[in-house]
This record gives sequence, structure tokens and C-alpha cells, in this order.
Amino acid sequence: MNNPESYIPILIQIGFSIGFVVLALTLSQILGPKKKTKNKLENFECGIVSDGDARFPVSVKYFLSAILFVLFDVEVIFFYPYAVNFKEMGWEGFAAVLTFVGFFLAGFLYVWKKGALEWEK
Amino acid sequence: MVKIVNSPEGLEGQGFFATSFDKVIGLARANSLWPLPFATSCCGIEFMATMGPNYDLARFGSERMSFSPRQADLLIVAGTISKKLGPVLKKVYDQMAEPKWVLSVGACASSGGIFDTYSVLQGIDHVIPVDVYVPGCPPRPEQIIEGVLKIQELAKNESLRRRDSAEYKKMLESYNIEQQ
Repeated sequence: MNNPESYIPILIQIGFSIGFVVLALTLSQILGPKKKTKNKLENFECGIVSDGDARFPVSVKYFLSAILFVLFDVEVIFFYPYAVNFKEMGWEGFAAVLTFVGFFLAGFLYVWKKGALEWEK
Repeated sequence: MVKIVNSPEGLEGQGFFATSFDKVIGLARANSLWPLPFATSCCGIEFMATMGPNYDLARFGSERMSFSPRQADLLIVAGTISKKLGPVLKKVYDQMAEPKWVLSVGACASSGGIFDTYSVLQGIDHVIPVDVYVPGCPPRPEQIIEGVLKIQELAKNESLRRRDSAEYKKMLESYNIEQQ
């Protein structure tokens, strides 16, 4: 009973089910009503007339301010756990945080001097 | 409980069933309408309730909301349509799949409602052809479901040649809708 031939009905069934799906999809694609007007084939922009190309160069300033924002945002987030543990950490913790802020301040001065924060240029 | 739709009228015998294409395709279309909601105001909120678990429009085969017109065949316009939005609505209608139906939900979409002013379209049927109007300001979800069922009725009984008829083409022409 357990010979490989007894699985043939299952194979036929799988073939039939895949065949039916392929046939139904193909037939509906061929026979289904279609209308290819200019209006229909245009890009879908929520019904609004599209304006220009989607791929155009964006000023690097957007990226710079976004990434700088993320940096300083993360810095501020570190202040919260520090504020909670302010007393336990004592002077040693204060020195650590000061070093951390110092590094950031150096970076901040660097980008400032580089002119990354000048929007109008 | 799973409810399966009844098979259409046809010739039945031992091991075979024969019916017309019209009926089979109508049955399939009616029970698998994919709506594109174009909701702009309070009727849209009622429409959300219709889609929610209490009223559950998915029971009627409209499980899948489409937010692109490409795979949608039922445009549900729910809310006030200003004249500025008219061309947008028309374009969305143009870009929907064939064949398509339009359900106008609420007084504003159907007739402008209380907004009898210069800026509001006095009924979306000035811009696109509408199949079923649902009255109410706003209509209850039951009424919206009733409207969808009416659309299903239309889809079920529509002849496959209806959209090729001269009458239908003339109607589209009167709306300035591009034809092939």
C-alpha cells in the first residue's frame, strides 16, 4: 500500500489546482474588459495632476539637519537616565557626562565652522 | 458560519452543471466587489463604522479596501465634494478597473445636501455616472450596506454587453469620459 505510486492522485490534484489557478488568472487577463485610455494609464497621484518627475536632486541640507537632529536628540535622551541617577553617580558620573557632552560640543563646533547650519548659503 | 452563495439558474444533471457566462461572471463580480473609499466628511465616518466589526461589510465579499483605483471596481463616494475636487474625483474614476460601479453615500455626494453654495458640487453625478444613491445626512451603516447590496444586485444582473452598448457609450460621452 505504501508504494510511491499511491501518491499519484495527490500529484494529479496538485497539478489540477495549480492549473486551475493559472487558467483562471490567464483567462480573466485575456477576456476581461479593459480600457487603456490616456487618463487611465497616467501615474496615480490620488487624482491630482502630476507635476514634474519624482526623481530630482534634493539639497544635502535636509539630510544634514536631519542627521544632526538625530545626534543631538540622542544626546538629550541620555540626560534623562542621568537625571534620575544624578545623586548616586556623584562626581565621577558628572565627569563622564561632561566628557560625553564635551565630545558632542566639539562635533557641534566642527559642523558650525564647516557651515552645515547655514541654511541660506 | 460560512454562507455560500446559491448557484445561478442552469441546467443540472448527474455530474454536470451548465449555465450562461452572464450569470457566472455576474455572480463572481457581485460577491467580490473591491471598494475604493473616497470619503471626505461625516459620511466617511459612517463608512468607517460600516467597515468595522459591528457592521462588517466584509461579510458581503467587500473585504479588501483599495486605496489605489487600479484594483478597485466600486467607488464609494462619501461626503461633500467641492467643485475643486470634481476633476480629482473624475480622474480617480477614470483610473479604476473595468467594469466599475459608483455608490454615492449621503445627501452631499448625491445632491450637495445642505451646502447649496458656489463652492460645492451639487451632486457627484455632474462629474461621474452614479449607479446607486444612498440618502441620509449622514446615512446609518445599515443604509450603506443596503446600497452596496443594491450594487451587488446590479453587478449580478448586468449583461456582459451592457458597457459596449451605444446607449452606455453615449452616456459616458455626455460625461466627457475618454473611451477607447
